[in-house]
Amino acid sequence: MGRVALRGLLAVAVITLCLFVFGPLLWLASQAFATSWTYPNLLPDGLTTRWWKVVLDDPALGAAVQNSLTFAPLTVLISALVCLPAAYAFARREFPGRRAMLIGLFATNAFPKMGLFATMASLFYALNLMQTVLGILIVHVIGTVVFMTWIPAAAFASVPRSLEEAARDAGAKPLRVFFTVTLPLALPGIAVAAIMSFLASFDEAQGTYLVGAPDYMTMPTQMYSLILNYPPQVAAVFSIMLSVPSVLLLLLVRKHVMGGHLAEGFQIR
Amino acid sequence: MTTQAARATDGLRITGLVKRFGDRTVVDDLDLTVHPGELVSLLGPSGCGKTTTLRMVAGFLAADGGSIEIEGKDVVGLPPERRPSAMVFQNYALWPHMTVFKNVAYPLRLRRLPKHEVTDRVEHVLGLVNLLHHRDSRPATISGGEQQRAALARALVQEPQLLLLDEPLSNLDAKLRVKVREDIRELQQRLGITTVLVTHDQDEALSMSDRIAVMNGGRIEQVSAPDELYTDPRTEFVAGFVGQLNSLPGRLVGGRLVPEEGLLTGVRPEDVRLIPVDEPGASAAGHAPQDRLRGRVVRVVPRGAFHELVVEVEDRTLHSLAVGQSLPVGQEVYVDLARPLLFRDGRRLQER
Repeated sequence: MGRVALRGLLAVAVITLCLFVFGPLLWLASQAFATSWTYPNLLPDGLTTRWWKVVLDDPALGAAVQNSLTFAPLTVLISALVCLPAAYAFARREFPGRRAMLIGLFATNAFPKMGLFATMASLFYALNLMQTVLGILIVHVIGTVVFMTWIPAAAFASVPRSLEEAARDAGAKPLRVFFTVTLPLALPGIAVAAIMSFLASFDEAQGTYLVGAPDYMTMPTQMYSLILNYPPQVAAVFSIMLSVPSVLLLLLVRKHVMGGHLAEGFQIR
Repeated sequence: MTTQAARATDGLRITGLVKRFGDRTVVDDLDLTVHPGELVSLLGPSGCGKTTTLRMVAGFLAADGGSIEIEGKDVVGLPPERRPSAMVFQNYALWPHMTVFKNVAYPLRLRRLPKHEVTDRVEHVLGLVNLLHHRDSRPATISGGEQQRAALARALVQEPQLLLLDEPLSNLDAKLRVKVREDIRELQQRLGITTVLVTHDQDEALSMSDRIAVMNGGRIEQVSAPDELYTDPRTEFVAGFVGQLNSLPGRLVGGRLVPEEGLLTGVRPEDVRLIPVDEPGASAAGHAPQDRLRGRVVRVVPRGAFHELVVEVEDRTLHSLAVGQSLPVGQEVYVDLARPLLFRDGRRLQER
């Protein structure tokens, strides 16, 4: 009796959760193919692929896709070059102010972004960085610093020192040890950080809008004008396109990172 | 026969080695010589400085004083990658992202040897440790004993002038441990590698070593062959750490204990003989009854091939080993103590 009631309750909870998560997505997907969809109707008035054509044929939107796909990988690359050495230092070296700096990295995420960007904009005007690719990249990289430092730092720290010592003992110089032992073992963590940075950069709108618009529009900043100037179906199509990289990357993470040798674990430690 | 001068530069020679952590001296003016082809164990309780010493020899810790010579060359200033030693780590430290073959080949690849030579040498040592069938396995997929052999192979392939073993058996189960220590010893003797072994396990040290250095508080208490260490300990610490020891205050005079300030008598359990008081002829043997220690069996612990008897003598307990017939609990016995070891303030007195 009690078990049956419990199962019923569980089923209701699961269905509610599914509706909560997938409902809006389903609505979004329907919207993208609807000719129109007016209030009292439960289903769209008709189906069409017209809106996809509108998006794909619009040169401004095409440029936005291209910009997004350029800025995001560039951001990840620069962020990695700047942050990974720092992450290694945080994980393996003791230096004055280490803790303060580690906490301080959160400062970029602690303040309301818009306030931060407004002050940055005044600095960028002085440095002639407004409406430049470099300016946009700086804004994007700042948004990824926390991921790119904290997660790889934890990954580096989790590589047992004895594995590095064994490589030294075998005759490898420190740099060689890093590239043959430490880095490969920390790679899953670094991959996670890179993916999160990619997504953060891909979704970044406020700062990009402030620094780049109207010369450099990315997909998220283009969303703003889409919502104002086009029917909602176009925004729906664009949202779906914007989510494709995230979904692809998530599937990639599942396949490669979680099944990797770090997950196999060290039974010896 | 090598000359004295030549011998002084062979093998490993540690002189006046010092290591401090903060104001704590962990290794205190340590001297040790390991002759070529010899296996010497550093034996001691945790915190005695044995691992610190080994890590200084390997180059992972900087010494605060003293010298370390390997084959006559001072290595104190050299980083680990330039020292002619190879180490087997306690947790084996195999690289989980490489196969067994790649783990073992790593040191040779660094030396830029031709590919076929790398393959030949790796397969040769994998054959030595009987691991050829796992050459393409990842470390996480093979057993603890196999991981241990892979780690040993990775050290041997370097043909080191000095092999360092850091508690190599502590992660293996008891049965495997006995087999592996015999295997390692056999291999070490066959290849004639100068070896230093660190362990806290006296069985391991006694069964594998040519000589044992017993460490305590950052110093070496005694360096001796295993047999000598047991029968002729120079300090109370060594006697207590290597094998079991019954410690009694005072000195033995004609079968009785006579208290004396600073004096201590140690007796091995196998030298404690128990004679039931009601046994015919018991009182006739040796001294008169009133001159003998008398006690009562309070506990009997079966140990397989023998029994360990716990005897209460006056207000003290003694341990005794009995082969064959054991005595019942509660049995009144005379206690004869043979081969007593006499210590004054912890140091052995050589008088008998």
